[in-house]
Amino acid sequence: MQHYDYIEIKIPAKAQYVGVARLMISGIASRLGFTYDDIEDLKIASSEAITNAVQHAYGQDEDGEVVVGCALYEERLEIMIADHGTSFDFEETKKHIGPYSDTSDARFQREGGLGLYLMETLMDEVKFHHEEGVTVFMTKYLGRERGEEDVKRTANS
Amino acid sequence: MQEMNLQVELLEQNSVQYFKVVGEIDAFTAPVLRERLAAVENVQGLKAELDLSEVDYMDSTGLGVFVGFYKAVSANGGHVKITGLNKRLNRLFEITGLNEIIDIEQKESEDHNATL
Repeated sequence: MQHYDYIEIKIPAKAQYVGVARLMISGIASRLGFTYDDIEDLKIASSEAITNAVQHAYGQDEDGEVVVGCALYEERLEIMIADHGTSFDFEETKKHIGPYSDTSDARFQREGGLGLYLMETLMDEVKFHHEEGVTVFMTKYLGRERGEEDVKRTANS
Repeated sequence: MQEMNLQVELLEQNSVQYFKVVGEIDAFTAPVLRERLAAVENVQGLKAELDLSEVDYMDSTGLGVFVGFYKAVSANGGHVKITGLNKRLNRLFEITGLNEIIDIEQKESEDHNATL
């Protein structure tokens, strides 16, 4: 298994802490050497996922938590956002993620359609996992424009 | 009391309601912005300008507020113009297609070298 450093923050599911998690993402992305534009993309995409969790995961009078976990690889940053409030097993959770589907992710369509669209547009990969809450899993590669992978694949074939 | 990194100033210039928004627009601050704009959105024939030149972070919560404001003002025969967009903010409006709907204007200094 490829080596990675792992950083996690757990915030109360309240809007005023979305910016706190965003600062962490920004710091990590900067540490990994992402460009200014990529760092801004990462801040928006992760804020969209965290905002969704904060606004929809828990009832009005329910105290919840949102866990934001970052796996720092040499060439990419993987971010997981889980709204069931308990710390997750990064490798185990990763096994259960699937592609986005219109039917199962109605929650994002209903109110966060634009947010989901931004997540998918600004990141290289976005996946969801539903099981005792929602986990969003997204990846951004260092120094890669979107679509570059396809070009490489064509060049090698 | 939570410190909020957003200020909304309202200046009236020649019958144009000119809003200067400063800071970050996210899930925490968007309700404040929405409230400020809602106070004028039902004025018939409102001419509003929203200056975002000092907004240093915005996500879909901000876009949602502007879409709602645009819809309300348009329904009352008014006009909304969003100005002072830096390259980042301009890109947000472009990738979401909102630049096709809402009247937007980039920062003058960023007009010529806008490549995105």
